[in-house]
Amino acid sequence: MALDKVGIAKRIAQELKDGWYVNLGIGIPTLVANYIPEGIEVEFQSENGILGMGPFPFEGEEDADLINAGKQTITATKGAVFFDSAMSFAMIRGQHVQLTVLGAMEVSQNGDIANWKIPGKMVKGMGGAMDLVASADNIIVAMMHSNKAGESKILKECTLPLTGVGCVKKVVTELAVMEIKDGKFHLIERAPGVSVEEIISKTEGNLVVPENVPEMVL
Amino acid sequence: MNKVVSNVSEALIGIEDNMTLMVGGFGLCGIPENSIAELVKLGVKNLTCISNNAGVDNFGLGLLLQQKQVKKMISSYVGENDEFERQMLSGELEVDLIPQGSLAERCRAGGAGIPAFFTPAGYGTEVAEGKEVRVFNGKPHILESALEADFAIVKAWKGDTEGNLIYKATARNFNPMMAMAGKITVAEVEELVPAGELDPNQIHTPGIFVQRIFQGEKFEKRIEQRTVRTK
Repeated sequence: MALDKVGIAKRIAQELKDGWYVNLGIGIPTLVANYIPEGIEVEFQSENGILGMGPFPFEGEEDADLINAGKQTITATKGAVFFDSAMSFAMIRGQHVQLTVLGAMEVSQNGDIANWKIPGKMVKGMGGAMDLVASADNIIVAMMHSNKAGESKILKECTLPLTGVGCVKKVVTELAVMEIKDGKFHLIERAPGVSVEEIISKTEGNLVVPENVPEMVL
Repeated sequence: MNKVVSNVSEALIGIEDNMTLMVGGFGLCGIPENSIAELVKLGVKNLTCISNNAGVDNFGLGLLLQQKQVKKMISSYVGENDEFERQMLSGELEVDLIPQGSLAERCRAGGAGIPAFFTPAGYGTEVAEGKEVRVFNGKPHILESALEADFAIVKAWKGDTEGNLIYKATARNFNPMMAMAGKITVAEVEELVPAGELDPNQIHTPGIFVQRIFQGEKFEKRIEQRTVRTK
């Protein structure tokens, strides 16, 4: 069965390594924080100016001055630090953040990503996404395999305005985990009960399929 | 040097039509609410506003958009404002969307006497169109120029009569860089104290960057996305 959003978040959480500073984008990526594997310590950065982002506050303890980049009320962990936006992007551009997880509208087989604009229809802006994808060494995209019309979002080439070129390393969807290298998607794992055929049929980009594709263990 | 002005109207003297303003804040967090309300009252028009976001429909810079006081917005993310999106898609409003880190650094550069800098952000995208590209360490970068403003309007938690500022939590965001980049910088603070009351070790924005400071009459501090967990 295809994963739900929580399943995607749980699978991405398995990529976390002890000692990492991690930036989580808005949407599914935010959920990753709920599934940190036991025994490891990671710290979350939010580009609006906090390192050491904690869980949502208890009701009645919300602080309008303490939000994440999704403008949600949050808490700060012990040892957290606040800083300005220039300092925040110095951390990001300077590659002091080990992992970036973000959503996408489209990803292409050479690692291009589009997630900020649909010409003539929707223009929300790129926020910090362009800085994040241009700089991070390790970028994982959390997304659905197809759009609402059933068209693949895992493409040979992006059709929407790009956010960054050749930057995405790994994609986790409701169906599969794929790595991007040498200009191709490589199928690494499939969601429990999802067939390789289904993944192939829903992937427009070139997909390298090994003989044995293990199921995700969640 | 005493930077104190008695109220918001005195703080904004000199703001005219067609000026460029920097306005601090991220979403509705750390925005100079009192000054924005005063700008609506003043009715100044054809403004160019440099601010990470454009507020929401009925608060923050959204109030200026409603009154059609803004000619151009320079921002990184405007997703929370329907009126903004409508004015932009219909062509009534000029919009320059730039990556958030580049926006922050362009403000910082403006205040720090750096006319331009190279950044990898936006290479290969629409943002890079018309900009010089140069390769450093095998990686392409684009040239981004500094931003300056006729007025920078920022919000801090505490300030003293010298204009020294301390921000609270994530309400700091763009305020420190914008404070540096205004020809005239106006700071509205929640609490204004005499010089000497703030610990010099803890000050975020030195008063040299601030020309006018006042204590805001009231801060609504609206929350955009109230998210909580249950006990």
